[in-house]
Amino acid sequence: MDFDLNESQSLLQDSVRKSLTAKYGFEHRKAYMASETGWSREMWAQYAELGLLGLPFAEEDGGFGGGPEETMLVAEQMGRHITLEPWFSTVVLGGGFLRHGASVALRQELVPAVASGEALMALAQTERQSRYDLFDVQTTAKKDGDGYVITGRKGMVLHGDTADWFVVSARVSGGQRDKGGIGLFLVAAKTAGVDVRGFRTVDGARAAEVDFTNARTYAVLGEPEGGLPILDRVVDEAIAALAAEAVGAMDVVHNMTLDYMKTRQQFGKIIGTFQALQHRAADMLVALEQSRSMSFFATMAAQGSEPDERRRNMHAVKAQIGRSQRFVGQQSIQLHGGIAMTMEYGAGHYFKRLTVNEATFGDADHHLRALADAGGLLQAA
Amino acid sequence: MELRFTESELAFREEVRAFIAAELPDATRQHLISGKSPTKEMVADWQKKLNKRGWAAPEWPVAHGGPGWSPAQKYIFREELQMWPAPSPLGFNINMCGPVIIEFGTPEQKARFLPRMLNLDDWWCQGFSEPGAGSDLASVMTKAVLENGQWVINGQKTWTTLAQHADWIFVLARTDPAAKKQEGISFLLVDMKTPGVTVRPIITIEGGHEVNEVFFDDVKIPADQLVGQVNKGWDCAKFLLGNERFGQARVGASRERIRRLKTIAKETMDGGRPLIEDPEFRRQVTEMEIELKALEMTVMRVIANETKRAGTGKPDPTTSVLKIKGTEIQQGVSELLMKAAGPYAWVDGDPDAEGTNEWDVAPDWAFGLAGIYFNWRKQSIYGGSNEIQRNIMAKAFLGL
Repeated sequence: MDFDLNESQSLLQDSVRKSLTAKYGFEHRKAYMASETGWSREMWAQYAELGLLGLPFAEEDGGFGGGPEETMLVAEQMGRHITLEPWFSTVVLGGGFLRHGASVALRQELVPAVASGEALMALAQTERQSRYDLFDVQTTAKKDGDGYVITGRKGMVLHGDTADWFVVSARVSGGQRDKGGIGLFLVAAKTAGVDVRGFRTVDGARAAEVDFTNARTYAVLGEPEGGLPILDRVVDEAIAALAAEAVGAMDVVHNMTLDYMKTRQQFGKIIGTFQALQHRAADMLVALEQSRSMSFFATMAAQGSEPDERRRNMHAVKAQIGRSQRFVGQQSIQLHGGIAMTMEYGAGHYFKRLTVNEATFGDADHHLRALADAGGLLQAA
Repeated sequence: MELRFTESELAFREEVRAFIAAELPDATRQHLISGKSPTKEMVADWQKKLNKRGWAAPEWPVAHGGPGWSPAQKYIFREELQMWPAPSPLGFNINMCGPVIIEFGTPEQKARFLPRMLNLDDWWCQGFSEPGAGSDLASVMTKAVLENGQWVINGQKTWTTLAQHADWIFVLARTDPAAKKQEGISFLLVDMKTPGVTVRPIITIEGGHEVNEVFFDDVKIPADQLVGQVNKGWDCAKFLLGNERFGQARVGASRERIRRLKTIAKETMDGGRPLIEDPEFRRQVTEMEIELKALEMTVMRVIANETKRAGTGKPDPTTSVLKIKGTEIQQGVSELLMKAAGPYAWVDGDPDAEGTNEWDVAPDWAFGLAGIYFNWRKQSIYGGSNEIQRNIMAKAFLGL
């Protein structure tokens, strides 16, 4: 067992860290958020230049052959700066579908465009009734000539307002909550019958409500009625990335809190000398370190080839990190006091990002229940 | 980065399992599964078997009888013992006093004490805590004065675990009353048969006899039973406590208890169905499993760091996490076991008593569970209470 980075991983971490430290301060981020797209095209170009956008793809497809460990490193740095660009939607989610569901020809067509930063992707999966169940799908896909046409409404499509491509989960057959009969389809955003209404989310990022009305598909990812295993797998990998991102954000906001506790005076004393506050800060560290451990576990477990075991493990990851990030986020506000309630201070922005991260693909309660229903992690003896 | 055990580490695990399966008496295993503490004979018999195999002291240097294992191997060994469950090597000998003698002792002390520690020819106990020195260990009042080439000890120790079995006790005593708190303390070795040593049992809330008071009344020991330098005993104490890196995580023990809990919850009926089918109960079990998984990974990280930190003497910030989380999980699981037993947890059965439940007044598995629940409240108190751990974290790692 070895938790150390190898040389190329260290280089990767350094280059991302340097780039974000230079160009992703609080004021930068505010300006990016206020821009037309709500994030920075300039930073996006820089991610492409650093190789982040092609990182997880095989070299023969036009990528750099990075694995889950590399994605974890990048995600943690993104979390440290609560970046706004569609890296998660395009590279982790979109990229995951290309890697696990696309034909060789489709990969060779799209991977270079993703890697260079030209093509942006988004996952259109959530529906009003589906909540966190990936298999709860009303949107339909009907055979039409050599392709399919999609009809239905998808919500909270992360970065859907700037995406060039949607990966859409749609029902080819079966009932709303059947696990079979679900397909994954690639749909170009500019296709007729695609209506996109973008908005800002509470964490400063962007999302969209997308209506598909007989929108023609560009390609099928995997089998037309067997898309759910791919969706599960990509989401499991995405959960590992979300875990690392949460750890990065928790670490920063915890340190921000400690710095404040070392300078703020009340009753003539530095507030960090009060034992009640010290113990709270120590509990935040416990939560953070347990989450860091769980993030390593997530990176390992997301590679698991046995789907049921992999799902159980990822439920555990989301439940543990979800609770931890909620605790660390809330307590960072509490220990700061009033200052952290203001938009002008950083802690609140981290808290908001942690809150959205927790609920992405299911909050702690959802995953705890799911794991409990699945029998937990350990066998009876 | 390699986040899994290597092939050779997995092979080592099989070797450990095979050894335990072949050598541990089933009676000992069943005794431990039922939640009872092992008897003196069980511990001694097992320690001798481990010693014969060269596995009696995983942490010791090879020169003194250690097996020369990597941190990962030590972890695997400890976890496999806990999971089986089998007794662990006796902590007082192997993890506490032995390493102090190896680090600070004279060649004569090493030759005299270490082999007998390994083979459990001598059972040691720890004379640190006093009525006025609990979490604040440096407040020891027990005095030792050098007279005619002998140390004369007077005072009282308390919470002395298994002193009733012990042949020897290592003692922190004040040897310079004028010095400041941590200074002026010395580390002494006392034969329990020395005149003036008296052991009085303390019965804990569950009814067990695990801890004792030990009184020293003009106890005279030879001068060569002082370890290290006079008035520098605090260095030995700090070294001893600092060796306690991941022992308190007890991941394997919690895993064994949770698996046991799940079996019990499958067989116990609640509202006309197995208790495990109650969503609320099941959720509470799952919470424990999740935290335990995270703790297991935290232990791995500490082990990996251990290799890198070797020799730097710097403590690892995650060590306190292991103590806090490890004990919270163990206490949580013991609480769930007691809940699972429902009203049958009420039989007052001292878990150390022999031949219990012979009148069949409760299911065998339920008998004594309450005792463990009550007894395990100690875990967040001893070894530096969990509040002390938070103080340590705040000062050492958070810079507060």
